[in-house]
Amino acid sequence: MRVEIRIGGFGGQGIIRTGLILATASCVYGDKNAIQTASYGPESRGGRCRSEVIISDEDIDFPKVEHPDILVAMSKEAYLQYVDDLKENGILIVDPDLVPNKRENLKVRMYEVPATKIAEGLGKKIVANVVMIGAFAAITNLFGLEHLKESIRHNVPKAFIKLNLTAFEKGYEYGKSLLKS
Amino acid sequence: MTMHREVLTGKHLMQGDIACAEGAIAAGCKFFAGYPITPATEITERMARRMIEVDGMFVQMEDELASMAAIIGASWAGAKAMTATSGPGFSLMQENIGLAVMTETPCVVVNIMRGAPSTGLPTEGAQQDVMQCKWGSHGDYEIIALAPASVQEMFDLTIECFNFAETYRAPTFLLADGFTGHLWERVVIPSREEIKTVERKKPIVPADKYVPFKPDEDLVPPMACFGEGYRVHVTGLTHDELGYPKTTDPKIQHELVNRLCEKIRKNSDKIIRTYKFMLEDADVAVIAYGIPSRSSLNAVKRAREAGIKAGLLRLITVWPFPEKQVEELSNHVKAIVVPEMNCGQVVREVERVAKETPVHFSSKIGGEPHSPSEIFEVIRRAAKA
Repeated sequence: MRVEIRIGGFGGQGIIRTGLILATASCVYGDKNAIQTASYGPESRGGRCRSEVIISDEDIDFPKVEHPDILVAMSKEAYLQYVDDLKENGILIVDPDLVPNKRENLKVRMYEVPATKIAEGLGKKIVANVVMIGAFAAITNLFGLEHLKESIRHNVPKAFIKLNLTAFEKGYEYGKSLLKS
Repeated sequence: MTMHREVLTGKHLMQGDIACAEGAIAAGCKFFAGYPITPATEITERMARRMIEVDGMFVQMEDELASMAAIIGASWAGAKAMTATSGPGFSLMQENIGLAVMTETPCVVVNIMRGAPSTGLPTEGAQQDVMQCKWGSHGDYEIIALAPASVQEMFDLTIECFNFAETYRAPTFLLADGFTGHLWERVVIPSREEIKTVERKKPIVPADKYVPFKPDEDLVPPMACFGEGYRVHVTGLTHDELGYPKTTDPKIQHELVNRLCEKIRKNSDKIIRTYKFMLEDADVAVIAYGIPSRSSLNAVKRAREAGIKAGLLRLITVWPFPEKQVEELSNHVKAIVVPEMNCGQVVREVERVAKETPVHFSSKIGGEPHSPSEIFEVIRRAAKA
């Protein structure tokens, strides 16, 4: 089974790191194959930024995402640019504070995760991406939780491991609560 | 993750460029000279950090002319040496690549190809330097070039490049597209013992009997490096077996230049690597290398599902060109499809060798690799024609 994930936002949100955390969890700590590719503008902060991850039980031949099964939109621009690429009945996860005015009648399963607000509650807006990873894990059930936690430990600076793991837990709880409601 | 500092044994998510640097280190590279350039910068960055950890040397040069010159010098001082660049830097290296050919200097040049001509598309991948790699420096010569299509191959084939460079005393090229250079994918790095490395042949005769450019049966002369007690004269001028310029005797030029070509041509069976997928009963064969070969693999599977007997020949070695493999294939397929991220380069070689068999070219430039459906369409057209 091949799962295609696209994460869109702007530079500085940890979009690319998010892709690397997901890919590492799958293919280093888990036993699936994974590929991560990124595209971004020349600006280091604030420009458009996209990270794509493909996860598969088999060898991955074509390494690009054509029609994502899952789209995570962390900016209005990313939402507008990519929402039509999403597969029918695909999963759309948005940060509602960053993506206002979502279109209606989309044939997708949408989840709203206020990741930035939750991260601000933890004192560091910068961990919004890891909150999102937590929610993503709960909603999609694609990853082993331990694999993701190992991957986070591997991918963030040592001094911030605890904060990031807390962010992950918060996101995970929020994601679970969405599934119940 | 404490591991051997030269071989990072284990399973990693790694970028192509970084895997290339790690492959070089695992192969025994102890000297890197370069000038950063997108999309090869990550190789230079990694080498800057890693060379010092393995008691090697890293030099950021003033430009690519000097980078190429530096690795030639380092190689003659006995080190396995590498540089990495992209199109604009590759152009600047061409003159000294010829010097490496003429002086039979083992060295590895990595070109992470980006959109061109000129400064072109810095952040977008391409395959536009394939002919330049073969013909870029003046004169007649043969080189070896390998084209990775995955991050694992960025690691494995960089090691292979060093082994070929050391075996044949020729500059050897890792010719990767920018897409593969920037791809993140799983790499499994084996233990140090499992990695096969090759060291250049040394003279077995005493210093007074040594003839520096007298070849053995394999057409490769044993190499004494500076400081090893042998007298060696190294020049870009046409030289005799003693290494001294002989520019008025046509026989010397004839023997030397032909040997430089023949040492690669005659050993091409040992150098050429290909990967075959579903070719046994194929009517349409896709011939591809680098990232388009992955789009092609997917397209071939789709074609099979649609009832078209398609197959894939992936060129891992691009130079010397796998003539025998392509000729054999052209004898039993009805059509050949060649996708490249350029306006038509390797396709010319395929046409030259395939003769009567129709060859359909699929060009893609601008950065994005071919989508599988684009190649599938060409396969379908080729099958109908």
